Amino acid sequence: MAAGSGKIDPMHQFVIEPIFGSFQRGNPFVFTNSALWTLIILATIYLFMMGGMKRALIPGRWQVAVEGLVSFVDDMVQANIGKEGRKYLPWIFTAFIFLLFANLMAYMPVGVFPGVHPFTVTAQFTFTGVMAIISFAIVLGVGFWKHGLKFFSLFVPHGTPLPMVPLIFVVELISFLVRPFSLGLRPFIAMFAGHILLDIFGNFVVQGLNAGGGGIGVSILCFLFVAFISALELLVAAIQAYVFAILTALYINDAEHLH
Amino acid sequence: MDLASAKVIGAGLAAIGVGAASIGVGFVFGSFLQSSLRNPAAADSQQGRLFIGFAAAELLGLMAFAVAMIILYAI
Repeated sequence: MAAGSGKIDPMHQFVIEPIFGSFQRGNPFVFTNSALWTLIILATIYLFMMGGMKRALIPGRWQVAVEGLVSFVDDMVQANIGKEGRKYLPWIFTAFIFLLFANLMAYMPVGVFPGVHPFTVTAQFTFTGVMAIISFAIVLGVGFWKHGLKFFSLFVPHGTPLPMVPLIFVVELISFLVRPFSLGLRPFIAMFAGHILLDIFGNFVVQGLNAGGGGIGVSILCFLFVAFISALELLVAAIQAYVFAILTALYINDAEHLH
Repeated sequence: MDLASAKVIGAGLAAIGVGAASIGVGFVFGSFLQSSLRNPAAADSQQGRLFIGFAAAELLGLMAFAVAMIILYAI
C-alpha cells in the first residue's frame, strides 16, 4: 500500500501470495509466503530446542531457558491432568511452543529490511483451526478409548435431578461441541485483531507526518500508542499460547477422568 | 439508507461488544487481585483459573470484533 494514500487497507497483510508456482486450477502444490514463514518458524524452534538439549551437567543460559520452558508446560499438565498427563505432554508442548513462536515472530521487526515482511501464520484460521481439531480429536479418542459409551456421562454432572437430565444433557453437549471452535478462534482472532490495530495506527503515524502542521502531534501520539500496544501484544501473544495449552489440558482431563 | 453506510454503522455497533468484554476482563483480574491480596499464599495456585477466566471473558469480546470485521469486509 502506498504510504499516506488516504484509504487504509489493514487486511492486505493477511493475503496469501504464491512465491513459487501460482494459484491455478489443478495445481495443488504452491509454495506461499505462509509456507515460507512456517518453515522459518519451525527452523527457529528446531535451533532453539537443539541448542538447549546438550544435557550438560552444569547448564548454560540456553539450556536453562529450554528446560524452564519444558518444565513450565510439564508442571501445568501435571497440575491439570495429574500423573496420567505425561503421555499428552508431547502434543500440548508442541502446540504451546508452535503458537508461542509463531505469535512472537509475527511481531519481529524484520520489516526494517526493504521487501521483507513477517507473515502471521496464526492469523489464518486454517492453522489454529487444525490445531484445535487435533486437540479435540485427542479428547474424543481418549474419551471413547478409555470409557467407551460411558463417555457420554460427561454431559450429565453428578447429582443432577432426574427431570433435569435431558435439558442438562443438551446444554452440556452444545457447550462441548463449541469447544473446538472457540479453542481455534481465540488465538486466531487475538493475532488478527492485534495486527490490524498495529497496521491502522502505524498508518496514522505516516499520514500524520504527511499532513504536517497539527498532524505531527497526532503522529507522535500514535507512535507512542503503537509502542505501548506492541508491548501489550507481545504479552497477548504469550498468553494466547498459554491459554491454548491450558485449555487443551483441561479438556483432556475431562476426557480422562469424566468429572 | 444504502448498504455502505449501513455496514459502517453496523460495524460501529458491533464494536460496543468489545467494550463490554473489557469490563469482563477487568473484573476477572480485579477480583483475582483483590482475593490474592487477602490470601497471597493461595494466589499462585489459582493462576491457571485466572487465565481460563480471562480467556473466557476475552473470547466474547473477540467475537464482537470478528462480527465487526465480517460486516465490514465479508458482506
